[in-house]
Amino acid sequence: MRRLRTPPWLERQRYLLDFTLSSLGRRRGRNLALLALYALVVFMLASVLMFTQALRGEALRILEGAPDVVVQRMVAGRHDLIPGDRVEQLSRVRGVQEARGRLWGYYYDTYTQANFTFLVPDRFWGKPGEVVIGEGVARARFAQPGDPFPMQAADGSVEILEVRETIAASSALVSSDLVLLSEADFRHLFSVPRDLYTDIALTVPNGKEVPMVAAKIRGQMPDTRPITHAEIARTYEAILDWRSGLAVLVLASAVLSFGIVAWDKASGLSADERREIGILKAIGWDTTEVLAVKAWEGAVISLSAFLVGLLLAYAHVFVARAPLLAPVLKGWSVLYPDFRLTPTGSPFLVATLFLLTVVPYTVATVVPAWRAATADPDAVMRS
Amino acid sequence: MIRLEDVRKVFHQGRPDELVAVDGVSLDISDKQVTVLRGPSGSGKTSVLALVGCMARPTSGRIHVGDREVTSLPEHFLTEVRRRTFGFVFQEFHLVRGLTALENVMLPAYPLGGSRKQLLSRAQALLERFGVGGRARERADWLSGGESQRVAIARALVNDPMVVVADEPTAHLDSKLSASFMGVVDALRSEGRTVLIASHDPIVHESEVVDRVVTLRDGRIVDEAL
Repeated sequence: MRRLRTPPWLERQRYLLDFTLSSLGRRRGRNLALLALYALVVFMLASVLMFTQALRGEALRILEGAPDVVVQRMVAGRHDLIPGDRVEQLSRVRGVQEARGRLWGYYYDTYTQANFTFLVPDRFWGKPGEVVIGEGVARARFAQPGDPFPMQAADGSVEILEVRETIAASSALVSSDLVLLSEADFRHLFSVPRDLYTDIALTVPNGKEVPMVAAKIRGQMPDTRPITHAEIARTYEAILDWRSGLAVLVLASAVLSFGIVAWDKASGLSADERREIGILKAIGWDTTEVLAVKAWEGAVISLSAFLVGLLLAYAHVFVARAPLLAPVLKGWSVLYPDFRLTPTGSPFLVATLFLLTVVPYTVATVVPAWRAATADPDAVMRS
Repeated sequence: MIRLEDVRKVFHQGRPDELVAVDGVSLDISDKQVTVLRGPSGSGKTSVLALVGCMARPTSGRIHVGDREVTSLPEHFLTEVRRRTFGFVFQEFHLVRGLTALENVMLPAYPLGGSRKQLLSRAQALLERFGVGGRARERADWLSGGESQRVAIARALVNDPMVVVADEPTAHLDSKLSASFMGVVDALRSEGRTVLIASHDPIVHESEVVDRVVTLRDGRIVDEAL
């Protein structure tokens, strides 16, 4: 049987890679330090990007259940309660399938010094006097189902409600600070008269009609502000982008300092390395072969660091729940949601990280080597 | 045959520190002979070796290696000629530190990309031939001067070159090792290789192995003895 012969160019690449690996091994200490630093930077950058991307996905999933249009009443630019008769009027606007008044509001809890979001769901499954609370509220109040839940009502009296249940943590990006209660309890606590609502939610089955419906409402009811689903999504995006932007900004200084260290390490060829390049050229290596070795060297370090950093970031965000980033990036009150993010794999994210880390480092390794490798090989005979 | 025609090599041309290393040298180096370039330090021996070995280009003049005029070849082709025609033994031996003796010997063959198994056995055989087979797996920086030189000779021969170029090969060796080196040179000549040595060591240029001695001074040939 004939054995297949490896093509010479492939054999050549194998030799060059072999030499690269042995070169890396010979400068083990320096390269390991560089690898650790490099992996740390990739880890931080990847953590922020993965975390915000997963949060965005989570938020958008929650938004899928949000109303198509929310109509608020404005008084001199300030949000005000909207009269109940508008529900009927809005349901008659062409394109609107259903209009329903909503009751919700923020509540500053002096006891825990946190903001809770009170909401009357479409169909509250508890009895009057009961509340269903988000896991953040439960943590802050140390409240279990069956525990009393004291609240200060608008008239100054303290109302003792009872915790019926807590909302499952897995659904909890925005429900962390949520308190669900009956309409009667809400109206009493916040002193909202029977014929007023916080806002009105509309169902518009045809998504293309949403802007038209919003425009009609603006025309018919100049004292209202219709907010579309897309606008809410944009707000979420903006908040998350702002948060990740902030973190990336902080990280940028870390990346920059790494860049300086890497450039210094990679570009400042040691006397030993310069001598080695001289020897290789003198014994018959071409400039391109020397550069191939240096490019392999940069690629091995940066790819290893990239993979290690990426895997660590994945574990940090999706297994350990991002303990290093959560306080900065998650939640908008003091009640940080406690939940596990759904892992997302985005080729765009990996490509972005790759371009930000691997490419610059590899270039930083090759450029100085190119300078050394283009020198006449007889230089080594004079050293 | 290697032919140099009125070759000049000027370093830092046009600058205040301009140095004429080789000044109008014309020389024919016969095949299968041992030629020694001798002369004091700074006489241009090493520069002539570098020019002959396609490591540097002359400032003017022409160099022929066999039928090929190499002066005007682009770098890539010049490297090809260098790696297939010449094997080099440097004054400081210039082994790559951290690599084993065996890896050092294999190094010039990497860019050619031949079979790894064959290369390994060829490199090992060369080390055996020069009596350092037992040191094959030793790191180059742990070898003695004599051992380093023999590894360097093995490295010079790994691509089976027609011409072996050696620059002051005995500079760091005692008399016994120097004499032993000339024994190696004799063997190379017997194999039909051309050997070109730059040396001011009498053990080298007075050796019976040497066919021709060319004396250089101030970059010019001042004497030729057969």
